[in-house]
Amino acid sequence: MTTVETSHPAAARQYAGLSLRSWRMVGIAALLAVACVLPFSLSSYHLFQATQVLVYAMVLLGLNMLTGFNGQISLGHGAFYAIGAYTAAILLDKTGIPYWATIPVAGLVCLVAGFLFGRPALRLEGHYLALATFALAVATPQILKYKHLEPWTGGVQGIIISKADAPAGLPLDSDQWLYFFCLAWIVPLFVVGWNLLRGRTGRAMVAIRDHPMAAATMGIDTALYKSLTFGVSAMYTGIAGALGALVAQFVSPDSFGFFLSISFLVGIVIGGIASISGAVFGAIFIEFVPNIADQISKAAPWAIYGIFLIAFMYLMPMGVAGVVRFAAARFARLAGERRPG
Amino acid sequence: MQALMHQVLSGLANGGIYASVALALVMIYQATHHVNFAQGEMAMFSTYVCWMLLQAGLPYWIAFILTLGFAFIAGVAIERIIVRPVEQAPVLTVVAVFIGLLLIINSLAGWLFSYTIKAFPSPFPSNAWYGSPFMSPHEVGMIFVTMVVLALVFAFFRFTPLGLAMRAAAQNPVSSRLVGIRVGWMLAMGWGLAGLIGSVAGMMAAPIVYLDPNMMGGILLYGFAAALVGGIDNPWGAVLGGFIVGVLENVAGAYVVGTELKLTVALVIIIGVLLVKPSGLFGRVLVTRV
Repeated sequence: MTTVETSHPAAARQYAGLSLRSWRMVGIAALLAVACVLPFSLSSYHLFQATQVLVYAMVLLGLNMLTGFNGQISLGHGAFYAIGAYTAAILLDKTGIPYWATIPVAGLVCLVAGFLFGRPALRLEGHYLALATFALAVATPQILKYKHLEPWTGGVQGIIISKADAPAGLPLDSDQWLYFFCLAWIVPLFVVGWNLLRGRTGRAMVAIRDHPMAAATMGIDTALYKSLTFGVSAMYTGIAGALGALVAQFVSPDSFGFFLSISFLVGIVIGGIASISGAVFGAIFIEFVPNIADQISKAAPWAIYGIFLIAFMYLMPMGVAGVVRFAAARFARLAGERRPG
Repeated sequence: MQALMHQVLSGLANGGIYASVALALVMIYQATHHVNFAQGEMAMFSTYVCWMLLQAGLPYWIAFILTLGFAFIAGVAIERIIVRPVEQAPVLTVVAVFIGLLLIINSLAGWLFSYTIKAFPSPFPSNAWYGSPFMSPHEVGMIFVTMVVLALVFAFFRFTPLGLAMRAAAQNPVSSRLVGIRVGWMLAMGWGLAGLIGSVAGMMAAPIVYLDPNMMGGILLYGFAAALVGGIDNPWGAVLGGFIVGVLENVAGAYVVGTELKLTVALVIIIGVLLVKPSGLFGRVLVTRV
């Protein structure tokens, strides 16, 4: 794959009068156009699912920053998702602040929480970090149910959130509004993520993943980068958690169990590790596949997750995004060869 | 005082289970430097096999022995078929494969045996002479069985040529291969033994926590904590760690945090050990050459 890319510098080649880069922009614009039309053509349940996909995509982008790009394995991102969701829910429940103001607060809380968890996690590598975050994932529902936190968290009952309505004057129902509200968060966050990961910072993160010592020798402050990555990753996840709480209109401890964290891991593996577009593919997978599999049997969704995890690791470790990229490169080369001269 | 005594002793009994799980984890870690996230589910599945054999009318100890055999073979098979191809892969790949394995075994058990909670018999009659106000007969028997199994495992490694070969393969694969030890098979045997030890933990835990596909979730977490407390590359340490964690868990659950935060105790132990003394009480301090 790399040889293909080096022998055909993508940006320089033109296909049908446009460079590959412009084609990508066209693709993204088309995707955005579809995303904007979608809510007007879907039933309210399918719209709910589409909104969930947006929320998951944000989580997966955050997790991919940490695990894919920076090489810090987290099996416990469900915990940060829960913190974000509970921050939003508690703020809505206890204070009178408007729902849209809870999102940045949730993001900020998770940024701090992630940074604080990332600080000690600096000392843990590979399996050990996986272990610690595994423990975090398993313990999260218990902590949320803890009786001394009950005045805020509502204990086992959880918290019910009233539905956010579209601002007066907009011809949207509340489901459509929520969808656009999520879209309005996700697009800028993806742009920020893209710039972060494709630039100097992203290269530093990848360098730390591939060879921490060499990265430190090159003058990268590995400790700072690693804990900041943890913070930013948790922030993305927390914002998604808050949006997810608004969408589901309900938070309860048992929706943030171990298997939520595992779903996120499955999402980045299927979508593509260390890939930005992979977040979207992964989100589509973890939203729809369990729903479809559920119709077969109660055990089927997890069996399918497990089988896909192992099969992807063996057969296509770059995930769906990797396959798409490979196919695009192949197509571009074929198109290039067919052109005269 | 009597209540504390009771908590400590029943903590020791639970500790036996954690010790077995921790030992199983350590065996795999020593040989391959992988943390087996599917260890608990392997044990759970073996316990279901035992339950099936009991349902078929076999006497308990026959079913017990047959289950050990099943667990051993299943462990070897998993190593050969699933783990081997990713032996040298990056950590993330290995973790993902183990999590995949966890999910597959869990859902397989749910699919085959349903998610309803089942009672699992204890081989130790509840009015046996070795029962006391401090410990139920099952708890005493549990400690006894775990100790016997651990003793057998240690004897196997210490006194048999095969055990020696397995230790050699784990410590220095290259040299072992040079003297004619089949390292790949030794690793597979290690997985088999880990599966076997885990299944003992499963069968001993099941009468207490009841049999269901998620029964080992919490136990696995304590097994991790135990392995880390003792030092993840030291089998003796893992066993001792198991007992320490068992007592800590019970006492903290009874007097400090209450039963509903017990899993958080494991989380705190794990993170605490990793931060303060990552090599555990008896582990080797890892020195990397730059």
